[in-house]
Amino acid sequence: MQATKSRNQIIPAIIFLLPGFALFFVFFLGPLLYSLRISFFNWNFAHPDRSVFVGLQNYITQLKNPIFHRAVINTAVYTAITVVVKMVLGFLVAVLLNQKIKARSFFRVTYYLPVITSWVIVSLLFTYMFSGQDGLVNYFLKDVLHVIDKDIMWLADPILALVPVILVDIWKGVGWTVVIFLAGLQSIPVELIEAAAVDGANRWERLVKIILPMMRGTLVFLLVVLVLGGLNAYVPFQLITHGNPMDETHSILTLMYRATFQRLDFGSGAAISYLLTLFVFLLSFVQLKLLRKPAGE
Amino acid sequence: MKRSKSLFKFVTYICLTIGIVIVAIPLWYMISTAFKPQTMVFELPPAIWPNPSTLLNFTKALTTDHFGLYFWNSLKVAITATSLTVLVSSMMAFAFARLNFKFKEPLFYIMLLGMMVPPVMLIIPQFVVSHWLNLYNNLWGLILVYVTMNISMQTFLLRGVFENVPRDLEEAAMIDGGSPWTIFIKIILPLSGPGLAVVVINSFLYSWEEYSWANVNIGDTMNRTLPIGIALFQTEHLTEWGQVFAASLVALIPVVIIFIVFQRYFVQGISTTGIKG
Repeated sequence: MQATKSRNQIIPAIIFLLPGFALFFVFFLGPLLYSLRISFFNWNFAHPDRSVFVGLQNYITQLKNPIFHRAVINTAVYTAITVVVKMVLGFLVAVLLNQKIKARSFFRVTYYLPVITSWVIVSLLFTYMFSGQDGLVNYFLKDVLHVIDKDIMWLADPILALVPVILVDIWKGVGWTVVIFLAGLQSIPVELIEAAAVDGANRWERLVKIILPMMRGTLVFLLVVLVLGGLNAYVPFQLITHGNPMDETHSILTLMYRATFQRLDFGSGAAISYLLTLFVFLLSFVQLKLLRKPAGE
Repeated sequence: MKRSKSLFKFVTYICLTIGIVIVAIPLWYMISTAFKPQTMVFELPPAIWPNPSTLLNFTKALTTDHFGLYFWNSLKVAITATSLTVLVSSMMAFAFARLNFKFKEPLFYIMLLGMMVPPVMLIIPQFVVSHWLNLYNNLWGLILVYVTMNISMQTFLLRGVFENVPRDLEEAAMIDGGSPWTIFIKIILPLSGPGLAVVVINSFLYSWEEYSWANVNIGDTMNRTLPIGIALFQTEHLTEWGQVFAASLVALIPVVIIFIVFQRYFVQGISTTGIKG
């Protein structure tokens, strides 16, 4: 019986998987491998057959390129700050929202509004708020809080330009981590927490000894997804800083975009994206190893 | 005990309200700017609500620059891409959750690769493929790539959902001679509403707001989508923020509708997908 069953299901399996895998091969796996090939060539887009094989040259050039180094640092700083802040804030808000409080769905929906607002729109909005002259942020710092005495030219400074980029990501992203944490919190059996309360565990002890360990899966998932998202930052950098001033505020992917579509150096662009992918794979692997459930669980 | 509890509630409300204010200020600033006459756009302190307020930004933004056309293009792309994503990824998820076949595990892991590789890094080769297949400057070029970039994650989510559907129902249907297709349509899909709602929200949001690929694959004005239109509009009308945000607000309408319709399933849906402790 079991044998007939598995034999019967090969045909349906093919039918169910075919549309997805067809797309996956044409637009994902194929391009992924093709891009590896491009990265070894001085690629000629108009006449690919005239491309010149250069081996690892594109990679070496990038690894020696100070603009690339700068982009790596920018991306790393951006990722580290946004991931930590979004996880901490998201967890706090989720814990607060996971009580019996009034207007809970109002809070939940409002926190989620920035998530559904598109990247292009929020990037423009933060550009506007961080305008050097007459911007809302400068007004607030100068005329309301009096912590600065003249306007800050946020976007003209290679370091300060990262501030709106980082803040927009946090502002837009916290709502999503809240929802994922809430889903995790709701899967913890209430009886377990109540039993601990009866045994005299206070709020803090319940959090550290029961809730956090039970949320391990959620934490790992969020960490991996958020780090991946951070390393792939593109739109906020592209629309807020444009890499200015002096190409000092690129993320890795805006640099890739510049190499490819502005300088038409497809080989270097592909090399940059492969360097990023390699790093992402290594990092995801390490994260999953480190955070794997301890043996016996 | 009782007192510490009500104190905690009080602190909760304070913290949540501060959070709401931080979330609301930029949004409010955007909305009020959209109703400001150009002379008030850089006025400080910013008026909570502009006086006089105007609808001129909306009429101007909507009538210049083919904005209506961009809106329509985005709608076509997002609706088609969302429908295809739901169909294709639920079919794959069904196969991975319920059917027995050779190489099931390795195939599943290959497909998960799609979650590990950043969409933007594929832009170069996808650009080349798009030229080969005559999809350059074509909305189908956007739709097919959006579906592809979504299916790994959504298949992964839906496999978790489908695995939670009780098997008894399905075995009963199988004894009655139901094919996998009937089981999929009649049993699995109807019982997975909240999970499917998550997939709809995810893929609609993605296709509605996608910028990087659309920016590369669309060269012709007539085929632009909204994110491209709005970003270009800002570079061409540098200080006309009122119009930029009027256009942005109109662009947000479909997303807000989708979200309001599906949001009540949202947290519930995510907990059924198996991303949890």
